[in-house]
Amino acid sequence: MGDVLTAVGVLVGLGAFLALILVVAERRLVHSGPVRLTINDADPVEVPGGEPLLSVLRERKIFVPSACGGRGSCGLCKVRILEGGGPVLPTETPHLSPEEIEDRVRLACQVKVRDDTAIEIPAHLLEVEEYEVRVEAIEELTYDIRRVRLAFGPGVAFRFRAGQYVQIETPIYDGLGEPVYRAYSISSPPQDTDAIELIIRKVPRGICTTFVHELLLVGDRLRINGPYGDFYLRETPAEAVFIAGGSGLAPFESILADMAARGVRKKVTLFFGAVSRRDLYDLERLHAYGERLPGFAFVPALSHPDPGDDWQGETGLITDVVARHYGSMEGMEAYLCGSPGMIDACVRVLTDKGVAEDRIFYDKFA
Amino acid sequence: MTNQGAFTIFIAAIFINNILLSNFLGMCPFIAVSREVRTAAGLGAAVAFVMTLTSGLNYLVYAYLLEPLGLEYLRYIAFIVVIAATVQLVEMVIERTSPVLYYALGIFLPLITVNCAILGVSLFMVIRQYSFVQSLAYGAGSGVGWALAILAMAGLRKKMKRSRVPAALEGPGITVILAGIMALAFIGFSGMVPM
Repeated sequence: MGDVLTAVGVLVGLGAFLALILVVAERRLVHSGPVRLTINDADPVEVPGGEPLLSVLRERKIFVPSACGGRGSCGLCKVRILEGGGPVLPTETPHLSPEEIEDRVRLACQVKVRDDTAIEIPAHLLEVEEYEVRVEAIEELTYDIRRVRLAFGPGVAFRFRAGQYVQIETPIYDGLGEPVYRAYSISSPPQDTDAIELIIRKVPRGICTTFVHELLLVGDRLRINGPYGDFYLRETPAEAVFIAGGSGLAPFESILADMAARGVRKKVTLFFGAVSRRDLYDLERLHAYGERLPGFAFVPALSHPDPGDDWQGETGLITDVVARHYGSMEGMEAYLCGSPGMIDACVRVLTDKGVAEDRIFYDKFA
Repeated sequence: MTNQGAFTIFIAAIFINNILLSNFLGMCPFIAVSREVRTAAGLGAAVAFVMTLTSGLNYLVYAYLLEPLGLEYLRYIAFIVVIAATVQLVEMVIERTSPVLYYALGIFLPLITVNCAILGVSLFMVIRQYSFVQSLAYGAGSGVGWALAILAMAGLRKKMKRSRVPAALEGPGITVILAGIMALAFIGFSGMVPM
């Protein structure tokens, strides 16, 4: 009996002693006490050392966009680190171009704030705020696309530019350990400041889209943050082409409504690509802009119309339809919203047709 | 207690009784992390450091805690606990001082904990009844020997990128064959010092 107790005592004592050493070491090495963080030449603030920059900024209510929630897989949370930050890590290099590395751009989720750090983030990110919203309406647009209307509380006015997006914080539901953030473009006009609308397509096994399609009910409360992005209409005399795939119509609905409300004059053609008729929505609303906006044309196109669809419009892949529609596209602007595959294909076709690469605008939600 | 000099034990552990090439301990990271010379050097250094440190610490735990209390049978679990804590410590130090090495080593850094070469060194040290200084020399020698072997392998694999390996043997297959040939070469050293 005594032997057993000694043995247990020795092991427990040894374990406790080693644990103590590790706790002390962690205090001194990992959490290195407060460090000073300078954001865009503002006065330095004290933040706890050892945490990833993305969460340090989130604690301070600065929302750098991140679609993967800090796992280093989306590459959206790019910031410039002017001082500190340590060397570029192997987890970041796939997301950074050589020019960006030269320019000291890093992924905020991978950089740990260990020493005094100075960073530079786009000024508009400082205006991003977190909001609690209530689901006011859910509308089924197609069999797999929903329009969700989110209302801000009384006295809250949400200001954004047509074409920008917000991030939804998906609450923890079965199988999820931590909240994740997903980005969706706003489809309602910026003149509505008390509510926004999002168009969300169900992605098989998508965390947030499954939540929105299967669990979200009218009256539920959600947390969103935004607005983000510089996908807004350049008000130049150049002719513009809008290309939308699936739920990618959202930012264009917002931009068109904004153009109509403010009387913006610009020659614009909107191409909307879908598979068959059951994937189309909002057609009447979009055709109606033809009368309200001089110079606007709407071209829906189906890649594989069903025999029963009775489809008179354009058919073929959206890239082919656009290519057929124009001769040379030199001097034009292009705005794209859709899947990463569609965007890559469109960029290839558009540059072949003579659109300058810096005149092609898109938000790629990977 | 053997009365070989510490220096003899150190040299013997590197060349004659190389823990990797004569006992074939610690093969898993040896095969998996020997693709790049830089990472191999990093892991080799980390293993050598942990081995030296843990052989010293485990000697103290064994000689001053387990043996006096007659608890020698606890040595497996006690050694592993000490090794695990040491690896945690090394992990923190590396993450703090060289994040690039930390990410390059990836999962193999915490896996040093279960690198059997490290537990093997501590157990051999008990079996061979080394003194404290001899244990340190043995741990350091084995560590350097392990690092040397993985560096040599990484160098060979780098050269091998340009040689035509039969498709079925690419990757781990040819690496194990290479390890066998290296072990044969190291047999040439045996008998120089009686162990």
